Amino acid sequence: MLELLRQPWPWYISGAAIAFIMVLLLFFGKSFGVSANLRTICTIAGAGKKVKFFDFNWRTQKWNLLFLFGSVLGGVVASTLLQNDEPLKLSAATIEDLKGLGIAFDGGLNPSQLFGTEVLTSSKGILVLLIGGVLVGFGARYAGGCTSGHAISGLSNMQLPSLVAVIGFFIGGLVMTHLLLPLIF
Amino acid sequence: MKEMKGLKYILTGLVFGVIMAKSEAISWYRIQEMFRFQSFHMYGIIGTAVILGVIAVALIKKFRMKDTQGNPITFQDKDKSWPRYIIGGSIFGLGWALTGACPGPMFVNIGYGYLAMIIVVIGALSGTYLYGLIKDKLPH
Repeated sequence: MLELLRQPWPWYISGAAIAFIMVLLLFFGKSFGVSANLRTICTIAGAGKKVKFFDFNWRTQKWNLLFLFGSVLGGVVASTLLQNDEPLKLSAATIEDLKGLGIAFDGGLNPSQLFGTEVLTSSKGILVLLIGGVLVGFGARYAGGCTSGHAISGLSNMQLPSLVAVIGFFIGGLVMTHLLLPLIF
Repeated sequence: MKEMKGLKYILTGLVFGVIMAKSEAISWYRIQEMFRFQSFHMYGIIGTAVILGVIAVALIKKFRMKDTQGNPITFQDKDKSWPRYIIGGSIFGLGWALTGACPGPMFVNIGYGYLAMIIVVIGALSGTYLYGLIKDKLPH
């Protein structure tokens, strides 16, 4: 069983498992949406004293913070108990494209060039991660949700606004991938 | 009893984290592959989740199912105003393709050992704060 779980999971198992998580949270009386935690953390840090948007009773979101904490533990479990040493099966075309950008495929989940500890010694590397994070955080709150809240929860409830948000995710993603990354790297 | 209530959310999150990592949805490489249309993998994951999600939500509504507390499961409709979804969504997409991480995977990646993702989280918290600061000046 453990051996089976250690293999990379096929897309249909993964997709079904994500739907299961969303449904499980519905039966707990909650709504699946991870980026709301970013607002909650700002509130706990005291942002509500200065900015009205953060002035809410964060205890109503305590369950979501616990979920977020659990997801970090899930990462730990995946990289230890369920670790698998085979390289990621990335498509040859992507490997080739990334080589053109000067980003090597190292077989891991993320390029160590961008996410290894050596990035901490490069101001450009830090800036890329920081600005990328700002865009994700700002955009998620502006759009009222991220991949989980819009693409999974929203589309499952056939919300047209969520479809528009997901189209937005792709517009931004395609612009970054095809127009901006060649300028950045 | 109160601890038990919290534990179920931690466990659900843990399973979610494992799914995200083992499906490779937390991979910067996989996100690049998706935005280059060079593999079906990510589309398969999101597509399967949405199709099964649509069926599950329809069944919950049809049979007026209740949650574990005995309350009817309700769904909130998203506000019907378009600029925020298309502009906010596009800004989000720029960051998603650059960092390869949406909010869930950022945290899963930290647990996985990619500690540089902490910088992405700091950025995301700053971005969230910035939104709260200027939200009234933005078109929604």
